[in-house]
Amino acid sequence: MDRSRRRFIKSAGVGFLALGLPPTFLVRAAAAQQSGRNKVLVVVFQRGGMDGLNVVIPFKDRAYYALRPSIAVAEPAAGEEHAIDLDGFYALHPALAPLKKLYDQGQLAIVHAAGSPDNTRSHFDAQDCMELGTPGIRSTPDGWLNRFLTEKQTSESPFRGLAVTPQTPRILAGAEATLSLSSIEEFRPRNLTVASKLQRLYANAADPLFRRGGQSLFDAMARLRSIEAKIPPSTASYPAGRFPVGLKQIARLIKADVGLEIAFTEIEGWDTHVAEGGATGQLANRLKELGEGLTAFYQDVGDRMEDVVIVTMSEFGRTARENGNRGTDHGHANVMFVIGGKVRGGRVYGRWPGLAPEVLYEGRDLDLTTDYRAVCGEVIARHMGQSDLSRVFPGFRSPTGQLGII
Amino acid sequence: MSTPLRQEQRIIHFLNRTSFGPTPAAVRRVNQLGMRGYLEEQLAPETIADEPVEERVAALKTMRMNSRELFELYPPPKVARERGMGMAGAMNAPRLIIFELQQARLLRAVYSQRQLYEVMVDFWSNHFNIFAAKGANRWLMTSYDRDTIRPHALGKFRDLLLATAQSPAMLFYLDNWLSVSPNSLAARRTGNVRRRGLNENYAREIMELHTLGVDGGYSQQDVHEVASCFTGWTLRRPRGEAQFVFEPRLHDPGDKTVLGTRIPAGGGMEDGIKVIDLLARHPATARFIATKLARRFVADDPPASIIEQAAAAFRRSDGDIPTVMQSIIDAPEFFSPAFYRARIKKPLEYVASALRITEADTTVTPQLLRYLGRMGERLFMAQPPTGYPDLASSWISPDMLLTRMNFASDLAANRIDGARMHSEVTGHTQAFIRLIAPDSLSSATQAALSETAGSDTLALLLAAPEFQRR
Repeated sequence: MDRSRRRFIKSAGVGFLALGLPPTFLVRAAAAQQSGRNKVLVVVFQRGGMDGLNVVIPFKDRAYYALRPSIAVAEPAAGEEHAIDLDGFYALHPALAPLKKLYDQGQLAIVHAAGSPDNTRSHFDAQDCMELGTPGIRSTPDGWLNRFLTEKQTSESPFRGLAVTPQTPRILAGAEATLSLSSIEEFRPRNLTVASKLQRLYANAADPLFRRGGQSLFDAMARLRSIEAKIPPSTASYPAGRFPVGLKQIARLIKADVGLEIAFTEIEGWDTHVAEGGATGQLANRLKELGEGLTAFYQDVGDRMEDVVIVTMSEFGRTARENGNRGTDHGHANVMFVIGGKVRGGRVYGRWPGLAPEVLYEGRDLDLTTDYRAVCGEVIARHMGQSDLSRVFPGFRSPTGQLGII
Repeated sequence: MSTPLRQEQRIIHFLNRTSFGPTPAAVRRVNQLGMRGYLEEQLAPETIADEPVEERVAALKTMRMNSRELFELYPPPKVARERGMGMAGAMNAPRLIIFELQQARLLRAVYSQRQLYEVMVDFWSNHFNIFAAKGANRWLMTSYDRDTIRPHALGKFRDLLLATAQSPAMLFYLDNWLSVSPNSLAARRTGNVRRRGLNENYAREIMELHTLGVDGGYSQQDVHEVASCFTGWTLRRPRGEAQFVFEPRLHDPGDKTVLGTRIPAGGGMEDGIKVIDLLARHPATARFIATKLARRFVADDPPASIIEQAAAAFRRSDGDIPTVMQSIIDAPEFFSPAFYRARIKKPLEYVASALRITEADTTVTPQLLRYLGRMGERLFMAQPPTGYPDLASSWISPDMLLTRMNFASDLAANRIDGARMHSEVTGHTQAFIRLIAPDSLSSATQAALSETAGSDTLALLLAAPEFQRR
């Protein structure tokens, strides 16, 4: 479908909002496009720099215990204070116990010593870098998830790209209109008369920022109201917290078949400079929310996990050696999770670079052996069906070749 | 080339940049003093009487308390239980301290006559951001706002930087109070270097976020050296009468080199002071602060000429904040039509400007603050040290746009508890339009207004694209 037609269809929703009904041909067009269940990618960003070395623990690398006398997680053994063995070399943090089942079922793949190749240790710089997907080039105007949506024009759904965060994250910013919402229930106007006038006003606005913002807002509200009744209730029990609640919104929209392709959410609180804790404590609490949230999502989405892949990432890892306050400072490589029905899980991918002083990155951090773009590129190509990655990750060629995760 | 701004537009533009939004009284004051005179007055806030709002702020009882009093009266739940405070404990939860801070911030934005000063307090609070809900910060934030940011918001940058470096809230938030040199007396005595050692958090952020900027030319080694200089800058009684102290036993006694400058051994507390001076006077800092100020006062992407002038003013005046601001506002490009309504209001600016233009009686309730939160700006609650973003694209996601529309609808219909409008306000549409768009509203907005009546007119006006910009 060409661009002018797309625009026509999108603006055709004008005036119908007051009735609470979308124009019928819009629904028909959307239904035709959604006869097949589409593929979904869910990106979870762990803001603050997660300490990957304490999340998937290289317990057979003895340097690990020497570097972390007070925060190391004990090697696998019986008891909740011990890490959970994965493959005889790596072990999972005990707070992530719920994810072990997914690993055993082959639906969780782990990539260690992975992340962004940029050497910045600044939170916002490293997050930007990872979200723009062009390490070293900061002037990139759009995020790589948006570039995927722009490249692969599959449908007209206003739900193609969704962030369950208050702000539109850099990773989703760009030419293709995307949506942000924090709650399906509250995503409605308080005054319908004013709203229908605002819809027209924004559609005719000379200011492109507001014309576009208004369009995706009103399209999405109309669509949401039209399908709200058929959104099935959640069957899983999510823990409390902004992150699990966001995942729940995503799960509901996946099950409602509204054309969601890319979903983004974030979880904060990983900047553990002080009192990070080992098997319990600060990091463990974050991991508990992460693991329980992801598990609830997995149960909630159910059979549809066949079409869904979740990828987790964080802007950088943390120093291999613990600092003076039983915490860790900003580091380099990290660990990533890839979860889904079609994932070749049950193993830890990536070459282990070791923790000996001479192999540490800049003498202090875990070195990087897998570029996060190799992981995400494979998901975009093999799961989302966009095999040409030249626009999504311009200039990137995976030196490690195909990882074989999907 | 577009035509230069007319006088009415210039006044509205000027007020949009130097205040939380034009009001009829502010326009009168500018007409009376001229823009130059008005700016001079605003840059000397102590000369402006401001009793009405300060009386309202003083009625918030936590605002005058020190951290010990706050901790005693609003203890953490566990302490409250131990003391058997029962119901009184729930009434005195620490979150009420933050609530009063939020109330005061919004009250001052709406009502203060010292508008430019309040704009700068907001600017610096975000520049030197602290997350109020991190641990002891709950009891330290009131003093940080009152004793650290506000006294220096229109002073010298170096003094502000030093005040933040020595503030209990910053020492706690960025962990410097725990940083101990492995070469210090304390570490050598206990023989347990690992247990207490260097923490880089503050050293990195003071360079990246507070002074040089991420491209300011510092290295990982500089981070390490700056952290060493600041060892011993610590905190006594974080949960009580919190106080900055220099503790020589924790300090690195050796030689350091920061950004190529040698800091000789044995400097003690002076090491940190030298770092503050070095950073405050570094050309990269002048440029970084000039860029951020130009962004606040001109456009997301301010012209290089304005940044250069402002950076030069910063260097020339040894970081005198009013001098830098004056150079930005005096720049010929300041009134360029290209920058007229070029900035998207952030949520605080949007809400405050709506309350100012409608002259609503504002008491600041949780409901009002929830709107700010859903628009993306919970006051004092930005978790990362970067604070809230200052670019337009961050503030108009569909969800935030919807919240603005709903806020406008609710305010116009007098449905917001804590923001009460007088009944005759809705008859003042033309007066509002002159304050929002003295040139003319867009044809789309005019068309929508022409077929609307009653309080919906006001809702439409406050939700229209024109009012989202300043």
